[in-house]
Amino acid sequence: MSYHWNWSVFLAQVPSGGTTYLGWMLSGLATTLALSLSAWLIALAVGSLMGVLRTVPGRWLSGIAALYVELFRNIPLLVQLFIWYFVLPEILPTGIGNAYKAINPMLQQFTAAMICLGLFTGARVCEQVRSGIDSLPRGQKYAGLALGFSLPQTYRHVLLPMAFRIIVPPLTSEFLNIFKNSAVASTIGLLELAAEGRQLVDYTAQPYESFIAVTLTFMMLNALVMVLMHRVEGRTRVPGYIGGGS
Amino acid sequence: MISIRKVSKHYGSFQVLTDCSTDVQKGEVIVVCGPSGSGKSTLIKCVNGLEPFQQGEILVNGISVGDPKTNLSKLRAHVGMVFQNFELFPHMSVTDNLAIAQIKVLGRGREEAVDRGLKLLDRVGLLAQADKFPGQLSGGQQQRVAIARALAMDPICMLFDEPTSALDPEMVNEVLDVMVGLALGGMTMMVVTHEMGFARRVAHRVIFMDQGRIVEDAPKEAFFGTPRSERAQQFLSKILHH
Repeated sequence: MSYHWNWSVFLAQVPSGGTTYLGWMLSGLATTLALSLSAWLIALAVGSLMGVLRTVPGRWLSGIAALYVELFRNIPLLVQLFIWYFVLPEILPTGIGNAYKAINPMLQQFTAAMICLGLFTGARVCEQVRSGIDSLPRGQKYAGLALGFSLPQTYRHVLLPMAFRIIVPPLTSEFLNIFKNSAVASTIGLLELAAEGRQLVDYTAQPYESFIAVTLTFMMLNALVMVLMHRVEGRTRVPGYIGGGS
Repeated sequence: MISIRKVSKHYGSFQVLTDCSTDVQKGEVIVVCGPSGSGKSTLIKCVNGLEPFQQGEILVNGISVGDPKTNLSKLRAHVGMVFQNFELFPHMSVTDNLAIAQIKVLGRGREEAVDRGLKLLDRVGLLAQADKFPGQLSGGQQQRVAIARALAMDPICMLFDEPTSALDPEMVNEVLDVMVGLALGGMTMMVVTHEMGFARRVAHRVIFMDQGRIVEDAPKEAFFGTPRSERAQQFLSKILHH
């Protein structure tokens, strides 16, 4: 293979000046981090709320949550992103739509991608929260209520603390997925890590170095998430508790 | 104290309770027994509104459980309940299990709540386990903690839903001893159980249920001496002759 390896390409100045190709990669990494973490917060908040709603008595609330899950889980992520970025600003009331289009394009891409990833992942978190709650013995809810807790207090003090502990492993894989899925934001022009990698290829014709760097960075990110979640799991472990169900 | 008036309950077309009526006076200990599926657990869960019912009325200390205007949480806070599977909160230490509802529901300060909890823990003989988690205790110990947790709320009466059915045989007595102590102390108790020894020792009345109906409701002497219904006679002969 007559490929000319050149790892020092990362230290070369970019044509527009002011930074190196490594600087581009780092800025992509920062965007990926900011996008994934902010989307994860949305996913956790919305997913937890909807997951709780799916388990409460009363058809209306659980119906709304079920609709949310079906909608966001059954449309491809890429299509959702296009809807948020290209379609939604057009169907919003003209005033709001125009105000949105007037903001910094990078910020437009970022918010569209953040909301899209957040709500998409939230639908999956919702199902996990629901299954976590459903896996607890029915008597736990009774015991909370029988002590005089209101239903919200029963969720807050009795059901959710155990449900979240039980679903740490599946939540970990959602957390990993959100980093990987964040790369679709490159399709609407957001310069996150994958997009910077592609840009580097366009400018330097060094695809191997570029995508090896992108790949390793994603792997490192995911390793970090796994370590972090492993710690969370260890910290919240309940002494003597063997598992849900029964 | 507890007044159950013509209570009926059905799931769809399946009738779980039919026309159940009885009264529990202050200080009285009532044992509810009957074959499985007879509705005894459902009946006791109706008393603090954990199970809804369609017809009839239940009054606890004069407050109607079925009335939609009743603040059920407030009522339940003063009706202790003990479950077949203990239902301690696994993510909290024994002390926190005892204190949390006192703090969040009764508004007691943490110190007062822990103090009260530990006193009751001592009473059920488990003071040494205060810092353990439920998963580190035996079933009998967990159930005694669950009783202490209910007592910490200063209940006006106690409901027991098969408190010894999930226990290994050698742990049944440690739980029954606590319950006997409570009964002798004058606590109003409604106990769903098959422990006829407990019924003979401390019950004032025994209620026998079958297929969702209260078939027999009699003072314990009369119940064990000469049960009127044939179904109760069969039931007694089956569980007593072993």
